[in-house]
Amino acid sequence: FPGLADVSISQDIPVEGEITVPVGSSSPDEDYSTLDEPVKDTIMRDLKAVGKKFVHVMYPRKSSALLRDWDLWGPLVLCVALALMLQGGSADSKDDGGPQFAEVFVIIWFGAIVITLNSKLLGGTISFFQSLCVLGYCVMPLTVAMLVCRLVLLADVGTISFIIRLIVVGAMFAWSTLASTAFLADSQPPNRKVLVMYPIFLFYFVISWMILTFTPQ
Amino acid sequence: QMWQVGKRQASRAFSLYANIDILRPYFDVEPVQVRARLLESMIPVKMINFPQKIAGELYGPLMLVFTLVAILLHGMKTSDTIIREGTLMGTAIGTCFGYWLGVSSFMYFLAYLCNAQITMVQMLSLLGYGLFGHCITLLVTYNIHFHSLFYIFWLVVGGLSTLRMVAVLVSRTVGHTQRLILCGTLAALHMLFLLYLHFAYHKVVEGILDTLEGPNMPPFQRVARDIPVVSNAVLNTTAKAIALTL
Repeated sequence: FPGLADVSISQDIPVEGEITVPVGSSSPDEDYSTLDEPVKDTIMRDLKAVGKKFVHVMYPRKSSALLRDWDLWGPLVLCVALALMLQGGSADSKDDGGPQFAEVFVIIWFGAIVITLNSKLLGGTISFFQSLCVLGYCVMPLTVAMLVCRLVLLADVGTISFIIRLIVVGAMFAWSTLASTAFLADSQPPNRKVLVMYPIFLFYFVISWMILTFTPQ
Repeated sequence: QMWQVGKRQASRAFSLYANIDILRPYFDVEPVQVRARLLESMIPVKMINFPQKIAGELYGPLMLVFTLVAILLHGMKTSDTIIREGTLMGTAIGTCFGYWLGVSSFMYFLAYLCNAQITMVQMLSLLGYGLFGHCITLLVTYNIHFHSLFYIFWLVVGGLSTLRMVAVLVSRTVGHTQRLILCGTLAALHMLFLLYLHFAYHKVVEGILDTLEGPNMPPFQRVARDIPVVSNAVLNTTAKAIALTL
């Protein structure tokens, strides 16, 4: 190194100092502060994250926020709400008709797990919980459809109400499927999108079927 | 201490991923291939003198089984079956998966006895694609309730997919007795399953069930008793249908 031949350290430049790295004010302090902050702040932060994801589902755009910070609170709330609303229906007037709470719960989670496994086996780049998160959040339009159906059924139980319910459920089913494909299809190689879309279509079809055939006692 | 816990967790996670990776090659398909195989499953092959190639793929069969479950649910609902919805999903999933896995294993066992050259995955795949005919038939006949139409579909569509499976099996077996045993059982089970699926959830069954069931039946007992009642009902309705069409 020719340029360094004439470099010399003069005696008065200090060559000593602190070796300890200053504690980064980002992570350790954040940990401590999230433990110490009031419960309301934690809950509000989580609620805001969940709310942001709901907005993402309503206007499906290709955004990575939904995928990056996955959480399962939203799907849990939606699943429980849907299962509760599907209670009290009956195929006939015998003891307790209608899908049981546990049944709906198991169907939704089992179906979501199967779809996730399928997309991973087909070579997807999305992780297990991210996929569960997306599928759970996209049940939201169907939950809204269930609410509308219940309200319509309060009015009357005739053919007109069936047609209205059919249209609403059909529209929400299409919305759910499109929303989830907008997020999940990107993680697949391009020529296999149909292979991943089809089970999602079946899954939301079964849920829509459960909603459409719900008749209150 | 923490390192050991971490290592144990990592090895458990790895074994889980290893299990998934075992199945990965069976899902390596393109949509074009799936569509081609679906159509092929209805075309019986002519050459039974040398072994036919069977694709050992699980995506198509798995999707077909789930589609069959969905169609069954739709059929149960349109026929207003009394089986309460709490057990509808369970019944549908149990029936379809039970048929696919159970009959595949049984046929694989028979194939092992009869010295047929077929592996378990190929058997699963073959039977799974054979369900495509069932799906089409049930989709049409659950919506259009003519008995004669069902019988035509049963013979033609069911027959075609059975013939294909039988032909493939025959091409892989040597010896007349073995071929007869293997193909006879497969044909019988496949066609009878379609018959069962149609009649088990048929409107006519409802009346018979109604008169036989008491008013205070606990739920799970209902499902268990439906099956023997259904066989009577099947015989009754078959006799009636044949009498009507003749």
